[in-house]
Amino acid sequence: MHIVVCIKQVPDSREIRIDPVTNTLVRQGVPAIVNFYDLHGLEEALRLKDEMGARVTVVSMGPPSAEKALKQCIAMGADEAVLVSDRGFAGADTLATSYVVALTIKKVAQEMEPVDMVFCGKQTLDGDTGQVGPGVACRLDYDQLTYVEKVLDVDPVARTVTVHRHLEDGVEVVRTKLPVLMTALTNLNKPRRASLPGVLRAAKYKPIVWTTNDFPDIDRAKIGLRGSPTIVSKTWVPEPRTVNTEMIEAPDVRETVAVLVEKLWNTELPARLGW
Amino acid sequence: MDFSAYRGILIVVEQRAGTAKNVSWQLLGEAQRLAQKLDAPLMALVIGHEVEPLAREAIERGADRVYLCDAKELKDYRTRPYSRVCLHVIEQAKPEIVLMGATYTGRDLAGAIATHLPTGLTADCTQLDVDENRLLLASRPAFSEKMLATILCKQYKPQMATARAGVFMALPRDPSRSGEIVRISPQMNPDEIATEVLDFLREMGRVNLEDAEVIVAGGRGLGGPAPFALLKDLADALGGVVGASRVAVEAGWIDHDHQVGQTGTTVRPKLYIAVGISGAVQHLVGMQHSDVIVAINKDPDAPIFRVANFGIVGDLFEIVPALTKTVIARRGL
Ligand SMILES: Cc1cc2nc3c(=O)[nH]c(=O)nc-3n(C[C@H](O)[C@H](O)[C@@H](O)COP(=O)(O)OP(=O)(O)OC[C@H]3O[C@@H](n4cnc5c(N)ncnc54)[C@H](O)[C@@H]3O)c2cc1C
Ligand SMILES: Cc1cc2nc3c(=O)[nH]c(=O)nc-3n(C[C@H](O)[C@H](O)[C@H](O)COP(=O)(O)OP(=O)(O)OC[C@H]3O[C@@H](n4cnc5c(N)ncnc54)[C@H](O)[C@@H]3O)c2cc1C
Repeated sequence: MHIVVCIKQVPDSREIRIDPVTNTLVRQGVPAIVNFYDLHGLEEALRLKDEMGARVTVVSMGPPSAEKALKQCIAMGADEAVLVSDRGFAGADTLATSYVVALTIKKVAQEMEPVDMVFCGKQTLDGDTGQVGPGVACRLDYDQLTYVEKVLDVDPVARTVTVHRHLEDGVEVVRTKLPVLMTALTNLNKPRRASLPGVLRAAKYKPIVWTTNDFPDIDRAKIGLRGSPTIVSKTWVPEPRTVNTEMIEAPDVRETVAVLVEKLWNTELPARLGW
Repeated sequence: MDFSAYRGILIVVEQRAGTAKNVSWQLLGEAQRLAQKLDAPLMALVIGHEVEPLAREAIERGADRVYLCDAKELKDYRTRPYSRVCLHVIEQAKPEIVLMGATYTGRDLAGAIATHLPTGLTADCTQLDVDENRLLLASRPAFSEKMLATILCKQYKPQMATARAGVFMALPRDPSRSGEIVRISPQMNPDEIATEVLDFLREMGRVNLEDAEVIVAGGRGLGGPAPFALLKDLADALGGVVGASRVAVEAGWIDHDHQVGQTGTTVRPKLYIAVGISGAVQHLVGMQHSDVIVAINKDPDAPIFRVANFGIVGDLFEIVPALTKTVIARRGL
């Protein structure tokens, strides 16, 4: 079993602030982390490795600094890490990203061992689209199981995997054939801490680095900014909500709530909610 | 590529067991406005088994033409067969814009289709418009909701986007509207489809804050897990669900799925009632776009009152049960 985990190094967008004067993003001092959904994908791969034996390869497309994120994955227990890094990849949207990530997985499969399973995160903290996983599955012609919150069974003989997919209104039990691409939710598992031997190995470890030159058949029209159909035309900080708050004061609680209910029934709410 | 033949807007309707998701009708409502601006047809695509009534409903809710693909193999959503049908219809109908809900299923399907086509796909939009060059202006929150970004797709057609539930207004059903229904055959050989849906466990569904129209949320002021039952009663009376602040979640009073805010869920219900929640900025970013906000707090200076339409200063343990009773009486429940 060979499992590939796709990871992205992201700024911890929860820590990004807006400068109130210039209305621009303050990125200074914002830590770069492994997108935390991806750690759940990695944990699931490591769990399957512990249970049934597997080789776990982590791949990332990103700047040279993403090496640090890959080393963190090695420290947790991944066997090998591949960084695809090239100026030509810069500015990629999800279409261009999934192209390069899929090429990388194909090359990993060719040069290391055929791939049975790919894990992606549900989405990233920065781009937050959740589109790269389906894009990669589509390009590899794998079946995709998105929003997985539990891997119930992996049958290496029948070559099937059965999972729980989390949807808005319930949980779907789905089975499909390998190879498969799954996207991980945070309730899939609890990512482990790095082990001491892992940390020692990571300290010396050098990820494999590939550039465009390592992909002789790459179509340069499909990568980076040029290969990205979406264009960010403008960004702005939305106006904060401004309302005239109506404070409801009445002599006692019963009357207070009666006034509130009357006011609510004078809005569009009853019509729109079918009260 | 020559895209000059691409015209009109296509909405992919999402359904389960013959009931459409609200977001599909909301998108149809918003798309009607865009289609009028473009002077172009508004189309819908309904896929499933025994879903013909939805084709009719799509017309009543604004579609001029509905593509209907009804087959036993399409009863459950599965990426491959559904995306084949979509690709076939896109090729036939040549819409300049394709929209679907930014639900789990919508994102799964849209990501596959956009890659196949290929074209640009903007995720999770909260504002949609078109400009004089017929470009779709798809705007979405970015950086934990702190900014909005407008994203364009200039060189490819169709322009694709997924959009959030609860942002746009559905049109009321108009039985007098007429439109055309075009039947499509499923574009697959069942043997090619490896994925099987074995079961659907509705009872394991957690609270669905994204789609909720009414949310009654509690915070540290509740003081423990038990008072959430008071909020549940009020939510039931109003046809809503229970939300929570991070403090309440981290104290273990309620499950994380209920958390509203920056590290929880962003919600946009029609009515949000904040009970014993102070209104920290990380909470506000997740709920300030609710249509109507009511705040109940014993501290008159709590920042939550600044975003609330209606405020009551007082003890939640007195106010919430009284409010529930009054609502029940008012609704004749
Ligand atoms: C504010 C903002 C808005 C954007 N909006 C859009 C948009 O609407 N449409 C669009 O096409 N692009 C958009 N982009 C660009 C896009 O986010 C990224 O540049 C793209 O490279 C990755 O998409 P994502 O971050 O959304 O990943 P997601 O699709 O959310 O990532 C899902 C998973 O895919 C894997 N993955 C993602 N990126 C990589 C990588 N580089 N290497 C390895 N694995 C990876 C990870 O496992 C990750 O968890 C936006 C970017 C920003 C900053
Ligand atoms: C990176 C980061 C991310 C975060 N993400 C989130 C998030 O997603 N969601 C979120 O909610 N928070 C988030 N927080 C936490 C946030 O900053 C606040 O700490 C939190 O929202 C406060 O919760 P609260 O309003 O329940 O508690 P408090 O701020 O303690 O407020 C309790 C309120 O209850 C009132 N009260 C007490 N007793 C009563 C009573 N008997 N009757 C009526 N009123 C009463 C008090 O007057 C007070 O206003 C985040 C913080 C950080 C740093």
